[in-house]
Order: sequence, then C-alpha cells, then structure tokens
Amino acid sequence: MSREAILGAVRRGLKRGALSEGERAMLAARVARRIVPARGQLELAGRVALFAEYVEREFGTVAQVAGLGDVAGAIADYLKGQGLPPALAVSPHPLLLGLNFGGLAVRFGTALPSDAVCLTEAFAGIAETGTLMLPSGPMRPTSNNLLPDNALVLVRAERILASYEDAFDLLRAEGAMPRNVMLITGPSRSADIEQTLELGAHGPRRLHVLIVHGAA
Amino acid sequence: MQSGGGFSENAARAMADAGLQKAIAKARPHFVQRRQAAVDRLPEFEALREAGREIKDHTIANLDFYLETYAAAVEASGGVVHWCATAEDARQAVLGICRKVGAKTVTKGKSMVSEEIGLNRFLAAHAITPVETDLGEYILQLRDEAPSHIIAPAFHLNRDAWEESFRAAHTDLPVDRVFRERRDILTEARGKLREKFLAADVGITGANFLIAETGSSVIVTNEGNGDLTQTLPRVHIVVTGIEKVVPTVEDTLTLLRLLARSATGQEMSVYTTFSTGARRVGDPDGPEEYHVVLLDNGRSGMVGTEFQDMLRCIRCAACMNHCPVYGAIGGHAYGSVYPGPMGAVLTPMLQGIEAAAALPNASTFCGKCESVCPVKIPLPNLMRHWREREFERHLTPAAMRYGLGVWAFFARRPALYRLATRGAALALGVLGRSRGRFGWLPFAGAWTRTRDFPAPEGDTFFAQYAARRKEQGL
Repeated sequence: MSREAILGAVRRGLKRGALSEGERAMLAARVARRIVPARGQLELAGRVALFAEYVEREFGTVAQVAGLGDVAGAIADYLKGQGLPPALAVSPHPLLLGLNFGGLAVRFGTALPSDAVCLTEAFAGIAETGTLMLPSGPMRPTSNNLLPDNALVLVRAERILASYEDAFDLLRAEGAMPRNVMLITGPSRSADIEQTLELGAHGPRRLHVLIVHGAA
Repeated sequence: MQSGGGFSENAARAMADAGLQKAIAKARPHFVQRRQAAVDRLPEFEALREAGREIKDHTIANLDFYLETYAAAVEASGGVVHWCATAEDARQAVLGICRKVGAKTVTKGKSMVSEEIGLNRFLAAHAITPVETDLGEYILQLRDEAPSHIIAPAFHLNRDAWEESFRAAHTDLPVDRVFRERRDILTEARGKLREKFLAADVGITGANFLIAETGSSVIVTNEGNGDLTQTLPRVHIVVTGIEKVVPTVEDTLTLLRLLARSATGQEMSVYTTFSTGARRVGDPDGPEEYHVVLLDNGRSGMVGTEFQDMLRCIRCAACMNHCPVYGAIGGHAYGSVYPGPMGAVLTPMLQGIEAAAALPNASTFCGKCESVCPVKIPLPNLMRHWREREFERHLTPAAMRYGLGVWAFFARRPALYRLATRGAALALGVLGRSRGRFGWLPFAGAWTRTRDFPAPEGDTFFAQYAARRKEQGL
C-alpha cells in the first residue's frame, strides 16, 4: 500500500521510526512564527488609506462612502461611468439583503455566466497588499467572485486589517475553515503573451471596491 | 522548439533559434527588475527568507507526521486522499476518479506535477479530453508543446505564433478576425475556455501548499482559471507532491509573502485560494467531491540525503529567471519538465543521473540562483553533488576525465603547477601582446569558436603576490 510505503521511505530517510505520542503532541502544539510586515500596522485611517492605495496600484478602483445608505448611489454612478446597464447580481449576505438599491435592477443569489456585474461583501480587507478576503458559505457563493466581468466588492472600513494573519484570526474566531477562502488582489490578468500584462483573463476584468465607513 | 537529442545539441539549436532568442531577450529583464523592486519595497524580505527556510526544514524533518496530520484533516473535511508512490499510481488514481463519475472532459489549472506524470497524454489515450485553462498552457496544448518555464509556460513564443495557433485551432473564426493586440488573443481564449469550464465534469488543479492543520490545498493564480476549474465542475482533483505540505495557515502566509515577489515581482498574486474539502451543507456552489492525489515519485528518497534541501523548493522560478545558462538557451533545451537550476537538481532525481548527467553541468556556478532563492536552497552545491556522482559512476566523457587527470597531476605538485601556469601565462602574454586576445587556440576551439580568448597581462597571481610581499619587506 502506497501510504505505508511513502511514510516508511520518509522515516528511513530520517533514520528513525514513527514519532512517539509525546513527540507528536509537541509538534501539534508548535506555534508558527509570525513575521508581519510593519507597513500595514497602522491605526484605522492609515490602514484604509494604505489598502486603497494598493488596490489602485494593482489596477482596481476604489470609492469611499460615508454609510450604507450611500452604497446604491455609488454603484449607480460607477455603472453609468462604465457605460453599463443599471442591473446586477448580488450575493445573499444579510448586509446586502438589507440595502435599499433604489432604481437598480437587483437579483440576489449565485451569479450566472450571463451576469455582467456582481456585488459581493468582503469578510475583510487587508491593508498590507490591498487584498480582499472572501470566504465561501451560504451568503457568499464563490462563483460571484469569478464569473462576472465587473466585480463590485463592499468592504466595511472597520474590517480593513493590517495583515493576512489578522484576517485569518478573525475568520478562525467565527468557526471552522470554510470550504473556500479567496484572497483577491486586483482584477484578473495574464502575462502569458510575451510576458506583458493584460487585464481580464478568466476572472473579472474590472474590480471596484466600495469602502463603507461607519458600518461596523 | 522541442527537445530531442542530447543537451549539448539542444543548447546549440536554442542559441541559433532567432525567435527563441527574441522572446528571451524581451521577457527576461522584466522578471529580474520586478523581483528586485518588490524585494526593495519589503524590508522584512530577508527575515522572511530565513523563516521560509526554517518552516520547510522543520516540515521535512517531521514529514511523516505532517503528511499523516494533513491526510486526517482532509478526510475530516469530507475529502479523499490517494497516496501514490509512483507516477503510474497517480495517473491510475486520476483515471479511476474520472471513470467513476463518468467524466468526458476535464478542465485543468496549471500543474507542474501533472506535467511530471504526463497526465494529459494519458487521459487522452483513455478517451477523456483534458483542457488546459491557463492561457500559456492552453496555447501549448494547441501546439502540442511542452512548457519551457515553470510559471510562464509559453515564455518561448512570440505573438505571431499565438495568432497562427489560434487561427489553426479555432476554425470558426472569420478570416478577417484581427489579432492586432494581445487583448484580442486574451478575449478569444476567455470566450472559448468559458464554455469549457461550464461543460467540464472534473476540474484538476495543482497545489502550491498543503496545510496540515486544516487539510487545505492552496493555489495561486493571476488569471482566475484555477478557481473556475475548482469551483464549477462536480469533482475537484488536486494533483500534488508530498513536499508541498506545511504545518499551519500562518506558515503558509509567510511562504506566500515570498512566493509572488520571487516569481513575478508582484506583492501578491491576484487569486490566492484555500480549498478545504467538498461543498458543505447550505453552500450554493463548489464541487461535490474533493480528491487529493498525493504523489511521491522519488521525493521520499531525497529525505536524509545531500539532496534533501531541494524539497524546500516552492517552484517560484526565480532561479531560472536569474540563470545565465537558462537565459542563453531557454527551457526546452533541458529536455525535462523542470528546467533551469532547480530542474538541473530535480531531473536527475526523477529520471536518474544516467539520463540527465548533462544538466548539473549546465551551470557556471555563478551562485545567482542561490542568492535569489526564497528558501535558500544551495543549488550550485547540489549540482556539484550530482557532478560527483556522475564522476564516480564513470559517466563523464573520456576527454573530460583525461583532462581532469592531467590537471590533478599538476594540482598535486604545487611547485610544478606554478611553474607550468606561469610559463603558459607568460608565453600567451607575449604571443597575444599585439591584439590582446586570441581568435584561435589549440585545445580551446569550443571557446574560441564563439568568442575571443583574452591574452594574459603580466604575471600569475602567485608570482605577483610573492613580488609584492617582497617589496613590502614581509
């Protein structure tokens, strides 16, 4: 059986047998070293500013609004600016279900290949590199992060953290590891043709992040 | 260019290939500059390299424990682990899963392990159509070529080659369809592959990391193809090697900070995705089955040997991006799935030193690969170990053994060595005084065919050193 053959070969290489219970317990209790870059470790306003700077550096766009009541207007403005019809798919997250979308045509649920625009809610933003954390679950279909050409992502300013570690700490506090956790930094791209960057490979061509203040 | 023949012939052909040389000249400086810029922006980079080395060394020293912990966590999250000692075991495991679910087409994210086991050819021979979805891998599949780089597989192709292949393969294209811009090529591929993603029964990806703590597999892409591959089909198969396991999420984050910066010079790749098991109750999407095909294929045999350090490799490609030999000949000349310095160490392990003896010799030992390696693998030293094994097994060519014998005769007799080298340096200095270089020298034809040999100026180092000490009255 391959399992025993592989483990046996590893142990022969290490010149020892299987580890004792005590040794296994010690390994299970090992705490990983954290080398967290200093640059993200700022107070809230600094983190939000650094996050926005990195999103834009990675070819995303950012709009900041004062509260949840301003989200629909910001989306309408964005769609108009991009020459897109005022219609979108929306992930069925409680925060999004509770929004007043005004004149926008909204369909809650899992995105279809025909959806041009989709709005999702990020579990966290990460200032270090302008990264969004999007775990899967009933309220957050993974397809919604990937299928539409235009990805709109709402992130609450208070949820913009310093580092990946901080985001995973917050996620762990909510329970088991979800089936899928995406860390997204900018819109989809490829440099496979002559090593020259082109945006819009298989995922969204455009990533627009709405930072909502005062909605903890 | 496909490799056939031996390394020397491949290398000569590659250096005469104008298209390849153009592609390399265009792409290479970008990799080097972008990596350096990213490193300069992160003051913690050196500390991260040291931490990355420690994480991998710790994991390898307890690899049996972390593999068992990982497998138990995968099973606890509803996944299945298929332990595969050989490439054939891994191919059969994938085929078995595909047959069980009645798969006709599979989409694939980029996976070097699937190249290592020759998965595409095998599936096609068993009536299952594999579709590569990474843009670079997709065009190579259309052209029936092997990747020439581990993260930029179509590194060797110029734009006219892309257009030609798309026109030949996508026969529904109108003849007046223009591919003036790179964007047009990308849009065409996106449209074609979107249909494939939606129709596939099984999605196969590799893994950059496997996390023992959570049983997660982690993939890193810029295109989003790997995510569509593992989200839309009914079954997700991860094909990966046993050395990819790391203890915890935090260890993974440390290595992720090294990976993208070393590979493409990005701060972070666009999509870094942690997958843990199959679709959960209430999940609106995701695969119903999650399988991990865990491949050994010679890796366990490296544990406890002088090649153990190679198991730290995170496949970033910084070594080949900075290698003067790779930069002169590209990836295909190596005749192996893994090219460049990391390939020169890994390939003899996978194919046997008899078949790959030339590769550890394809190095100037300049040490650049080691200096940019994010997990500090002493690549030149590992290549030297292979050269020793090659020599011990009498695989070295006769002329080289004879030459080494002559050199060893003098090297063991220092007085004679200094006399001989001094005589040669002075004689060459006199003969070459007028031009300062030689266009031809006896026994050095291989050198002087492509460049001049500089004439020595003045005396040998030893003679100059002795003269100066005398001058200073020491």
